[in-house]
Amino acid sequence: MNHSTHPRVDQPLTPLEARLTALRGGAAARSMDARALAALAANPGCDRRAVLDAAGVDKAALAARLGSPAAFGQSPFAITRGLVFERRLRAERCTELAALLRRELLPEEAAQLPVAVPDLLAAEGPAVRAARTRTALVEAVSDAAAGRAWTLLDRPLLRLEVAGSAVSLEPDAIVIGPDERWTVVEIKSFPILDGGADPAKVGAAARQAAVYVLALRATAMALDPAATTTAGNAAGAGATPHAATASSASGADEAGRSEQGPSAPASDVVSARPAGLPVSPYAEPAGLAAAVRTTGLLVCPRDFSNAAVAAPLDLRKQLAVTRRQLARMTRIETLLAVLPEGARLDEAPGAVDSLAHAYAPDCLAACELAFHCRSQARAAGAVEVLGRGVRGELGSLTTVEAALAATAAGGALARAARLREEALAR
Amino acid sequence: MSLLSTLARLQAVRSGVAQPLATVRHRHLSERPFVLVPLAAAGETGAPLAVLLGQDRQHPRLLTVPQPLDRDLRFAFLARVGDELLPYLESFGGDVELLERSVKDPESGEKTVEVRELCADAPQLVVPNPGGVELLGLFGRSTRFRRTAEDPDPGPYPAPARVPLLGRWLTHVSDRANVPGSSMLLPLTTTLARHWATGQSSLEDAHLGALLAWISPPEGGRGEEAALRAENGRDERGQLLVPPAGPATDPDFDSLLLAPAITRYDAARAAQDERLTQARAEEIDALLGAVLLPVWHQVWQGLDLLRTLPPGAHVADRWESDRWSYTGHRDRVAAGEPPQPLHDDAVTAARRLAQREREQVRVDLEEALDDPLAMAEHRLAGQAFAGEVVEVQPAYDTSGRSPKPRPLVTVRTEDRPHLDPGGEAHRAGGPASQKAQLVELDAEAGLLTLRLLNGMGRKKEPEPGTVPEPGEQVCFTLFELAPRQSAPLPDPEDTPWTHGGPPK
Amino acid sequence: MTTPSPSSPATSTPTSTPTPTPGEQADAAVAAILAAALHGGERGTVVDSPPGAGKSTLVVRAARELVATGERLMIVAQTNSQVDDLVDRLAEADPALAVGRLHGSDALPSEIAMRHPGVVASTKVGDLRELPVVVSTAAKWQWVKETDPWRHAIVDEAYQMRSDALLAVARLFERALFVGDPGQLDPFSIVGTDDWAGQHHDPSQSAVVTLLAHNPGIVPHRLPVSWRLPASAAPLVSDAFYPFTPFRAGTEPGDRRLELGPPTTASGTTLEQAADEVLDVAAESGWGLLELPARLTVRTDPEAVAAVAAVVARLLARGGTAHSERGSAPVDADRIAVGTAHRDQAAAVRGALAALGVTGVTVDTANRLQGREYDVTVVLHPLSGRPDATAFHLETGRLCVLASRHRHACIVVTRAGIPELLDAHPSTEPVQLGVVSKFPDGWEANHAVLEHLRRFRVPVR
Ligand code: SF4
Repeated sequence: MNHSTHPRVDQPLTPLEARLTALRGGAAARSMDARALAALAANPGCDRRAVLDAAGVDKAALAARLGSPAAFGQSPFAITRGLVFERRLRAERCTELAALLRRELLPEEAAQLPVAVPDLLAAEGPAVRAARTRTALVEAVSDAAAGRAWTLLDRPLLRLEVAGSAVSLEPDAIVIGPDERWTVVEIKSFPILDGGADPAKVGAAARQAAVYVLALRATAMALDPAATTTAGNAAGAGATPHAATASSASGADEAGRSEQGPSAPASDVVSARPAGLPVSPYAEPAGLAAAVRTTGLLVCPRDFSNAAVAAPLDLRKQLAVTRRQLARMTRIETLLAVLPEGARLDEAPGAVDSLAHAYAPDCLAACELAFHCRSQARAAGAVEVLGRGVRGELGSLTTVEAALAATAAGGALARAARLREEALAR
Repeated sequence: MSLLSTLARLQAVRSGVAQPLATVRHRHLSERPFVLVPLAAAGETGAPLAVLLGQDRQHPRLLTVPQPLDRDLRFAFLARVGDELLPYLESFGGDVELLERSVKDPESGEKTVEVRELCADAPQLVVPNPGGVELLGLFGRSTRFRRTAEDPDPGPYPAPARVPLLGRWLTHVSDRANVPGSSMLLPLTTTLARHWATGQSSLEDAHLGALLAWISPPEGGRGEEAALRAENGRDERGQLLVPPAGPATDPDFDSLLLAPAITRYDAARAAQDERLTQARAEEIDALLGAVLLPVWHQVWQGLDLLRTLPPGAHVADRWESDRWSYTGHRDRVAAGEPPQPLHDDAVTAARRLAQREREQVRVDLEEALDDPLAMAEHRLAGQAFAGEVVEVQPAYDTSGRSPKPRPLVTVRTEDRPHLDPGGEAHRAGGPASQKAQLVELDAEAGLLTLRLLNGMGRKKEPEPGTVPEPGEQVCFTLFELAPRQSAPLPDPEDTPWTHGGPPK
Repeated sequence: MTTPSPSSPATSTPTSTPTPTPGEQADAAVAAILAAALHGGERGTVVDSPPGAGKSTLVVRAARELVATGERLMIVAQTNSQVDDLVDRLAEADPALAVGRLHGSDALPSEIAMRHPGVVASTKVGDLRELPVVVSTAAKWQWVKETDPWRHAIVDEAYQMRSDALLAVARLFERALFVGDPGQLDPFSIVGTDDWAGQHHDPSQSAVVTLLAHNPGIVPHRLPVSWRLPASAAPLVSDAFYPFTPFRAGTEPGDRRLELGPPTTASGTTLEQAADEVLDVAAESGWGLLELPARLTVRTDPEAVAAVAAVVARLLARGGTAHSERGSAPVDADRIAVGTAHRDQAAAVRGALAALGVTGVTVDTANRLQGREYDVTVVLHPLSGRPDATAFHLETGRLCVLASRHRHACIVVTRAGIPELLDAHPSTEPVQLGVVSKFPDGWEANHAVLEHLRRFRVPVR
C-alpha cells in the first residue's frame, strides 16, 4: 500500500540519469518504489520494460499514447476499502496495529513493555524524513537495549541506491523488538481467509517486503558504529566479496557522515551497488544489519471482517531474487544504446519499439504495455503469443509460419499433424 | 500444453477460428441447467453485488445488492438467491432409483442385501468461469455457519432462515467442482477450452467473450479481431463493449457508473425517502442488469456450442458419480448433520485427495477411450499405439494342466510407442482389461508382434470376438485402462500420532 | 551401494580429538540416532541424509539393533526395487536373519532378494508376521488389515513418501525411524492440492513434513558425511543444495582416481574429440561440462543426445579404472549412468547408445535414479536448449539427484546459453501462507552449479 511518490534528491544528474530524464521528455519520473522494484522480477528478460522502469516512465500513459491502453485499474471500492482498513490500524498512534504486533512479535515476558511510536515527520520532505527515521532507529535500539520500550515505526522512510540513483522507500511499518531485532511489517487489504490467502498476492507482498529488508539492512549498516570494511558486505544488495570491496569505502564513508543529519542530503543515500553474484544467496550480513529479520510480518483483514490478522512471511528466497534483479539494473546503459540519441517518448512514443520486448501472455497481468507488445508479437507471428510453454514444445521454430511448415517436414510436428487429421477424419 | 494442442492453436491462428480439441463432448449437459452469472463487490471478500440467474433463457432473474457494505442487504440478497436456487436443488431429491447390493456384516460375516437410493438426476449449475465457482464457494463459506432466528441462540445478527442451508449446498457444489470430470457445477470457459483450441493463450481463454469470439467469430470476421474487441473495445462513455463475465466488474464501470449510483442510493436512504430509495435501487438494477445480460446470453451460447458435440460414451458414467454425490449430500442435510467444517481433518483430507486423484486418472482414461483426439495425445507421447492387424497366429500356453490361448497378433503402426520386448500393453476397445506382451519389434517396418495374455475365456480356443482379426483396427496403451483402487484409511477418530492423533 | 564408513562404527571409541575424522563424525551421528530410535522420548526419530551419506548402511544397522531387542520390525520403502535392495543388504549383513518380503501379486520380488536362504516371500502378511523383520513398499503395507502393531518400524526414503501414505500405514507400528534425503525430488500429486496448502496434514506433502509439524519435539538428526560423493563434488552439492545443512566428503582429494585409457584414435569426429577431452577433464577434476553451441531445441535435441551417447561410448572404448578406498575396479557399463529430465530424452539416449552398439549402461530420469550410485554419470542438463525454464526444469531436487549419483566423475552435457535463460526467468513465485519454504530455490541452485561447472568446460565446435 505504498502509493506515495517522492521527488528525487536534488543533486547533479549523472549522464545516465540525464538520458533517462530526456527519455521521459521532462515529465516527472514515476518514482521507483518498492512495488516497482519488486516488479522487476516479473519479466527480467524484457529490455523494453527494464529501460522504461529505470527511466521512471509512466507506462500506462505511454500505452495510451501508443493506442493500446492497459486494461489495468483498481476499482474505487477496493481502494476505499484498503484505505479504511489501514486508517483503522493506524488510528490514535497506531493503537490497533501496536496491539496486534505486540501479540504477534513480543515474547510473553515482554507483554507489559510499553511501546514507543515516535513521530516520523510524515509531512516533511524525503531527506528530512529519512534522517528522522535513522535517528528513530538509533533511539529504538537503545530503548530496546535498556529494556525501556519496544518501538513501532509508522511509515518510516528509507533510502536505497539502485543503479546509481537514490530511491525512497516507505515500508508500512517497522518493529524494533525488545530483542533488538527489526521486523518489516507489510499491510495489505486482501483477506487472510481461514489462515490462507491468494498465493500470487502473498508472493508479491513478500517481494515488496524483501526490498524493505534490503533497504533496512543498508540503513543499519550505515548506522553501525562498528562498521568496518567487512560491513560493506552487510548492505543486502551487495552481499558479495566483490561488492564488499566496491562499496565498503562508501559504506564506511556514509556511516561517518550520517550523523550530520538532514543538512547533508547527499549523504543519506546508502550505497548498495550490487556487483556480481552472491557466493551464498542466503548469506546473512554481519554487524547491526544482522538485526534485520528475514521473516517479515503480513497484516491483512481477517476472513470476511475488518479486523486485522497477521502471518509471518519467510523472505529469504525473495531477498535472493531481489538482490539479483537489482544487480541487473546496471545493464541499463547498454540497453539504452539502441535508442536514437535524444529520443523522447512523450513526442515519439514509437521509439519504444527499438527496445526489444520479450512478450509472453503473462505480461497481460503484469505490465501496462502488454496489449502493445502483444500486437507486435502477433504481427511478427511469434509463437510466444500462445503461451510461454509453447516455445518449449517447438524448440527452434519460433514463428507460427515456421511451425506450421514443419508439419510437412517429418519429425514430431508432422506426426502430430497426421494424428490430428486421422482423429478428426473419423 | 501438449504438442498436439499446440498444433491445434497454431492452426487456429492460421485459420482465424478455433479448432476442435475433442470429437465428442466430455462433460454432461443437463436438460435443465441452472445458470448463474454472479458479480462480487470489489474490495469486500465474498460480498455479493448482483447475480443474474435462472433456468429460463428468455427470462433470467436479476438480484442485486444496492449497497454491498450493508450486511442486512447482503443477507437479504442471499435469502433471495436461496428462494430461487434451493427449490431447484431440492427438486432432484424425490425421484430415485433403488439399487441393491450385498454387504457382509463385519461381526457375523453374514451377507445381507442393502437397498440404497440413487437420485435419478442431479442439479447442474453453470457459471461463466472458475472465478464464479470460487465466488459461490465464498458465499457458501460465509453463510453455512450463520445462525438464524430459528436457532436456540440466534446471536446478534440472525440470518434469514434458509441462508445457512443455501451455504451448505453452495459449499457442496463448489467442492464438487474440484473433482476432475464432475459436471455438477460447470465453469463455462474451462469447459469450452477443453473442447476448442483458440489462436490465443490459455490465459486469454479465461475471458469468456474472447473465447467465444474465437470459437464462433462473426460472419466473415477473424477470431483475433473479434477477441480484441471483446477484450477492450470501449464505447464513447469509456465503457467496455463486451462487459467482463465477472465476478469482478470493470473498474471504469465501478468508478464512472456504479459508484455515483450507489452514492445517490445512500443519499436517498439517508433522507429516508422510500420512494426515491426504491427508484435509486432500480437505477442500480438497470446498470447491473445491462452488464450482466450480455454475459447471460454468452453462457447460453456456449452451452449451445457444447451441445453440437455428441456426448462421449463414458460421460453418463461420470454423471452417475455426480448423482451419487448429490444423493449423499441430500441425505446428510436430511439427517441434520452439521455444516461442512472449515478445514478437513487429516483423514478427510487424504480421502478427498485420493478421490480427486482417482477421478483424474479415470477422466483421462475415459476421455482417451471415448475420443480419438484424446487418444492421439497418448499415441504421440509414445504411451499408446494404434494400427491395423496384419497377422494373427494361434499359440498356446501349455505350462499348466490345460492349454490356454496365447495368440500372437502383429500390428502395423506408424506410431512409436516407448515399448521394448517383454513390456506390457493394454487393449483399448477390446475385452475388458485384456493385456498383451510385446514379443517382437520391427521399428523400421512399424510392425509389433504382441502376445495376448487374457480376456479370451477359459477354453483352449479363444471365445469368438476376443481376438482381433487381420485387417481390424486396434489400439493398445502402455498404461492400465482402469484407475487403481485407493488404499483404505483409518477412521478420523483413529488418526495416528504421526498426524496429530484424533481431531479434537 | 553405499560405502561403509572406513572406521567400523561398532569398534570405534569416542575420541576427544578437536577435529574428528569423517569416520568419527559419522559414528557419533549414528550412535545418537540409534539411541534415539531405541530409547528416545519421542515415538519418531528423523534422520536427514545427504546423497551417499550411508543411509542404507544406517538402515541395515538400525534394523539389526532393533531386532536384537527381541521386538518385531517392519520396514517401509517406497518402490519394489528399493525393497529388494534392502532385503538383499539385510540378508547379506546377517545371513542368519529371517527376513519377510511382503509383495503384491503383480510384483514378484527380484532374484537379488530371493537368492538368500533366510528370505521368505509372500503376498500375505499372515505368513510373515512372526518373522523378526518384514519389508515391503508403502503401497503394499497400506492394504495390511487389522493386526497387532509392530513395536518398531523403519521408513526408508521418507521424504519421497507422501503424508497420506504414512497416514495409511502409521496404525501398523508404535515407534518409527524415518530416514531420507530432503534434497531429492518431493512427492507430487496429479491434481491441485491448494485446498490443504499450509495445513499441518496436507496429504500431498512429504510424510516427514507432516510428522514434524505434528510432533514438534522431534529434532531431525543428520548424517554429516557423504561416502559416495568424491571430495571434488561434496562441497558443491552441499553448498548448492543443502545451504543450511552442510556436509562433507568422507574421502580426501586424491583418495579417488579415475584412470582412463588413451584416446584410441587422434582422428575422431570433432564430437568424439570433444568427448575425449571432456573425459580427460572429468577424470582429472571430477567434473566436466560438454557445451554445444547455443540453440533453441525441442526436448529430444538430437545433437545433445548424440553428444551424451558419444561421451558414454568413448568412456567405454577407452576403458577406465576407478581407484578408491575400496580398491581398484574397471569402470564397466554397469558402473555408468546417464541421467535426463524427461522420459522421452532417456528413450532417445537409449536409442543413440544402441545405435553405437553400447549396452548395459543405465539410462533413466532423475526420478528413477534417486537413491542409485555409479562411478561415472553423464547428465543431459534439464535446461539444455530450452527457450524457457519452467518450475519442473528448475526443481532443485531434479538437478540435485542428477549431480550427486557419482563416486568419481560427473559429466554434464548442455547447450550454451543457460545463464541467459536463467537471467530471463521470471521470479514471481506464488507463496502459500503457512507452507514452510524449501531451500534452496531452483534458480539459485542451478546458477551455483553452472557457475562451478564453467571451469570444466569443453566446447564442441
Ligand atoms: S508487456 Fe512488453 S514491455 Fe511489458 S514486460 Fe511484456 S514485453 Fe516487456
